[in-house]
Amino acid sequence: MTLQSELGESARIAVAAIRANKLRSGLTTLGVVIGILAATLLGTMINGMGEAFTRSVSSLGSDVLFIGRFPWMSFEDYRIYRNRRDITFAQYRELESRMTTAAAIAPQCEIHQSSVTYERRRAKGVWLLGNTPESLIIRGLTVAQGRWISASDVSSGRPVCVLGSYLAESFFPNDNPVGKKVRINDTPYEVVGVLDKMGSTLGWNQDNQAVIPISRFQDDIQRRPDYVITVKALSPETVSETLEEARSLFRSIRKIEPGRPDDFAINQQEAITKFFDGFKAVLGSFGFFVTGLSLFVGGIGIMNILFVSVTERTKEIGIRKALGAKRRSILMQFLMEAAGITFLAGLIGVGIAWPISWKIGEIARANGSVFEARMSWWIVALALFVSAATGMVAGFIPAWRASRMNPVDALRSE
Amino acid sequence: MSLIRIQNLARRYVMGTETVHALRGVSVQIERGEYLAIMGPSGSGKSTLMNLLGCLDTPSEGSYELNGKDVARMSDNELADIRNREIGFVFQSFNLLARADALHNVELPLIYAGVPPKERRERARQTLVNVGLGDRMHHRPNELSGGQRQRVAIARALVNSPSIILADEPTGNLDSKTGVEILSLFEELSRRGNTIIVVTHEEEVALHARRVIRIRDGLIAADETNPHPRAVVASVSAP
Ligand SMILES: Nc1ncnc2c1ncn2[C@@H]1O[C@H](COP(=O)(O)OP(=O)(O)O)[C@@H](O)[C@H]1O
Ligand SMILES: [Mg+2]
Repeated sequence: MTLQSELGESARIAVAAIRANKLRSGLTTLGVVIGILAATLLGTMINGMGEAFTRSVSSLGSDVLFIGRFPWMSFEDYRIYRNRRDITFAQYRELESRMTTAAAIAPQCEIHQSSVTYERRRAKGVWLLGNTPESLIIRGLTVAQGRWISASDVSSGRPVCVLGSYLAESFFPNDNPVGKKVRINDTPYEVVGVLDKMGSTLGWNQDNQAVIPISRFQDDIQRRPDYVITVKALSPETVSETLEEARSLFRSIRKIEPGRPDDFAINQQEAITKFFDGFKAVLGSFGFFVTGLSLFVGGIGIMNILFVSVTERTKEIGIRKALGAKRRSILMQFLMEAAGITFLAGLIGVGIAWPISWKIGEIARANGSVFEARMSWWIVALALFVSAATGMVAGFIPAWRASRMNPVDALRSE
Repeated sequence: MSLIRIQNLARRYVMGTETVHALRGVSVQIERGEYLAIMGPSGSGKSTLMNLLGCLDTPSEGSYELNGKDVARMSDNELADIRNREIGFVFQSFNLLARADALHNVELPLIYAGVPPKERRERARQTLVNVGLGDRMHHRPNELSGGQRQRVAIARALVNSPSIILADEPTGNLDSKTGVEILSLFEELSRRGNTIIVVTHEEEVALHARRVIRIRDGLIAADETNPHPRAVVASVSAP
């Protein structure tokens, strides 16, 4: 009962004190506002990225190997890999005929910044791939409309293409794309199918792709493309066996002497996931650091303000003590003032972060990304809790000092 | 059992290398319902004594029993409790909270006593009515005259029905007419059975008390009863 009425009084005092010193309180909150802003935004980003990423990476399939010259997510000297011998179509043929533990094998070639036009519309930055019928299962794709590349498309080099959903929608918002003619690198192609929506990752929009028969790719795009051989294992559990077989076969196909390193890389989805986890960890620690630093600076400010507040109100402390306020009442009064200020700061920080993350989400969606920048409630709750706690911690020493003042001395101060 | 029983009470202030002997051994007994004045020149130790009596301070030496309880050895929090329940202070400079209105100022002791909001508001209101400030509940101290402020302070001292009202120079900041009003209020309270201790250096004020203790240099110089305390005839708004 006593505690309850003291709490009520402490809250009232805190509100009055903050209102009486709006500017001062406002300025000191800046550090906390920035800290909370950084924390909530980064938290929201990491959260959103994680979701979008997991979804799109898993579409690569955990049982698929990508044999190419370049290892994924490696930032060593790029030239080492660039100077490696090309992976040729003949090598694919030989691997295909000798593999025993693969469910499917397909060659693939791609360029990333191709342009596709339909009538007057032009799409840039299109991911253009040369695929075979097998690529559909290996890449884990599904067709929404029309059909996929057929064996005869490849063998007779038919100028047909399958479009990603984003590309299809931007060209044919109202029409059925199937049967329409688009131009890829100034060559007309007939649209035979449209893929299901997949989403995007870190700005890479998977739905902005166009797929043509691999034979057409060799004819129209690159005469001697850099092939990637895609291999689907018999099952996700036997990926490592498939990998081992592919590796030893490919070494023999490329005539690598024993003891010499591979001059090719066998990539898996895992590499991306691992890299991304590392990236998230770096981003997370950065966020933690920025938040911690801002809260620390903000906390020092709060502590300072509280010392001023305690000094200014020494007389009041004396009066309250004379009337029966215990140490804990005085302690609570000032802790609440500190927590009140930082809680408000937290509210402001969250209040600024909310529309920003909303806007980022909107921009991302407008660009075809499925990046979810929604600020979840637990982030908001945590942020507010952390800000109030910052105030309590920062305000503790001044509040404690106030609570231990001698009533006679306090009353005598002016 | 006496209400207050102090024996050889001493209070020293150590200031660097110097020690000020504000009280040098004071023994007094005060009974319930007394109207007592503590007189003495400035610097004689009156306020020091009052702070000790009011449990705002602890003695360097000696014993102090209030209502039979030894308060000289109590902890900070126990003393806070005693101040809240047993003592009502009236200060020379009123010591009201500037940011709170009259009602809230009077409510304060009840807040620290843990009285529920509705009841404490009602009691504070009633007490303010009793000191003649029924129409000034929501005025802040700076919107009140000196006499009115002191009456708010008296209401605050009374609201938790303490055993003692301790007043340190209660008329010191008031003009003589207003001072008389405050004294008549004390008289009224005394008539109703409250124990009142007034610290003053003005003979005028002491004349109203029934017992006068004179202090000089931290010692009791005289302890007299006043067989004919002067009554304030002026009519006041207190009912
Ligand atoms: N907190 C203190 N520190 C040091 N000296 C004090 C303190 N309080 C009072 N004194 C000294 O003690 C003596 C008595 O003071 P006080 O009790 O206030 O006298 P009075 O109220 O009778 O004027 C004075 O000499 C005063 O200077
Ligand atoms: Mg004095």
